[in-house]
Amino acid sequence: MSTARIQEANGHAAEETNFLGSFLKKVTISTSNGKLTLPQIIIIGVISVFILLTPQMLSNYRLNLVISILTTAYFAQCWNLMSGYTGQFSFGHAAFYGIGAYTSSILFVDFGINPWIGLICGMMVSGIVAALIGYLSFHYNLKGDYFALATMAFCEIFRVIFKNTKALHAASGVSIPFSKKFALMQFGSKAGFLYVAFIMLTMITFGLYKIRRTKMGLYFVAVRENEDAARALGINAFKYKMIALIASAMLSAVGGTFYAQYYLYIDPTICFGNTVSISAITPCIIGGVGTVFGPIIGAAIIKPISEITNSALSNFVGMNMVVYGLILVIVIMVMPKGVIGLVQELRVKMGKKKKTEG
Amino acid sequence: MNAFFQASIDGVLMGGVYALAALGISLIFGVMKITNFAHGALITVGMYVTFELYVLLGITPYVALPLVMVTMFVIGYLVQKVFLNPLMGVAGHNQLLLTQGLAIVIENAILVMFSANYQSVSVPGFETAIRLGSITINKPKLVAFLFVAIIAAGIYVLLEKTDLGRAIRATSVQPEGATLMGIVVPRINQIAFGLGIVCAGVAGALLTPTQYIYPTSGNTYSLKCFVIAVFGGLGNIWGAILAGLIIGVVESFSALWLGGSWSELIVYMIFILTLIIKPTGLLGKKG
Repeated sequence: MSTARIQEANGHAAEETNFLGSFLKKVTISTSNGKLTLPQIIIIGVISVFILLTPQMLSNYRLNLVISILTTAYFAQCWNLMSGYTGQFSFGHAAFYGIGAYTSSILFVDFGINPWIGLICGMMVSGIVAALIGYLSFHYNLKGDYFALATMAFCEIFRVIFKNTKALHAASGVSIPFSKKFALMQFGSKAGFLYVAFIMLTMITFGLYKIRRTKMGLYFVAVRENEDAARALGINAFKYKMIALIASAMLSAVGGTFYAQYYLYIDPTICFGNTVSISAITPCIIGGVGTVFGPIIGAAIIKPISEITNSALSNFVGMNMVVYGLILVIVIMVMPKGVIGLVQELRVKMGKKKKTEG
Repeated sequence: MNAFFQASIDGVLMGGVYALAALGISLIFGVMKITNFAHGALITVGMYVTFELYVLLGITPYVALPLVMVTMFVIGYLVQKVFLNPLMGVAGHNQLLLTQGLAIVIENAILVMFSANYQSVSVPGFETAIRLGSITINKPKLVAFLFVAIIAAGIYVLLEKTDLGRAIRATSVQPEGATLMGIVVPRINQIAFGLGIVCAGVAGALLTPTQYIYPTSGNTYSLKCFVIAVFGGLGNIWGAILAGLIIGVVESFSALWLGGSWSELIVYMIFILTLIIKPTGLLGKKG
């Protein structure tokens, strides 16, 4: 910093303290906001019970859709933990997902290691890879577009490695033998998978909800809103970005293993393709980035639409993805804060109306 | 020794096309600070426009080039006007996501319209290669390289010697200042985006004689072009050209020594090293 800038900074010291004060207030408010009210808890309860009853009501085909909504929401929550809360937009989250899927599958198929142990191993490997990526990215201060491109490149590196290494089954992918044993992490029926997916989603969502009310959650949001200001307040931005990334990566790996165990087949494109990374981002954008329930709302909107357009326009291959992309574009242009942001805005407007009327 | 020369020539010729596409990315980023994730999809659009002109009018990609350029410019101009101008000045990740969304739309719209079948364009007289001793030079690639040189020179002249170019450069340095000087910034943005997309489209058109055309054929180049644009220094046009040639040669040599499928890995490694060591790129100012 040049002396002129230092002098300027000194001159505005009072102003700066003010700024930091209001910054602190803003961050605190944003974390204390969104405490669940009783009606909200009731709604969540009713939806949960409904989801848990779906195996009794729906055909296998429909159950598939419910499971894919739950798993998409889960993966989106993983992305949300890191990118939504700390503001570091990852475009390569497929890397962690794929590592999770591949670690458990290869350990099981080639080495006969139980998928439950493979799941833990996948989480560890994914966490280590995330630590490496995070260290390189955050230590060298990659932000915004550069960080997005770096995560994308890391993900592509994994795709190329897995596609070209014979020991990792190369392009032909891994097939996991079918069984019905819980001990082999296959839950018998679609209903079994549905319950497990539901538990995974509930746990991560509860975790995200709780974290927002802790000091760490406060630090995450502070880093997202203004990293320099957060640093000025003594928050170790590097540390909290690393924590978020590693936690997010380890949880994504669980999603990957679940996918492999459910569909029983993985290949480099299914695991590390760009569409996989996008599939984690889109629900967050639609529902609201950095909110607790946004990714779930987003997944519950985009997955059925995608499914309906897919079957209704099955004569036009690709049309469902056109719709998918258009929804993404329209949401970003019309309601960049997602469904939750829109609802909040409407509420503020309604509140104002009521006040003027009263 | 022959393999060495062969790989160098192939690398430089291919690098030229990379350079042109990356130049488009750099130009767009330089003026609007937008990372255009739809660039790969628009390369594909360039290919299909060329292909359609070939089928409908029976003209070769080289004759079709001016028409391709006009079409791509209009597409780019409209994309900026309709989708990106309203987002100028909001958080950067929205633009990133928007271009990503557009990429999904474009790619799949092509799939709907043209199906996933592989198409190709044949150019009479250009199927054979030029032989120099034991070295062969692929004719379409050589011609493509010459066109790239002409178009890059054209863009240089446009940016450095004309009023429009001055307005574009002014906007890239300081949009507010440019506005005060009476420059209509949104219009300049549209023109700059249009020019960037022309680069993508022309690169696509020039690839058609040597590459199959299918809905995701431009994607192969998408991340590679970002690698080149960042390696050369985002926003730096000469950097993009230099980096394009370097990456072309590096890729060609790593394909020679490690096999084609691993060459991508080397390219991405270079990218990550660039981001870590000097994110402003080869010719960028110090960060």
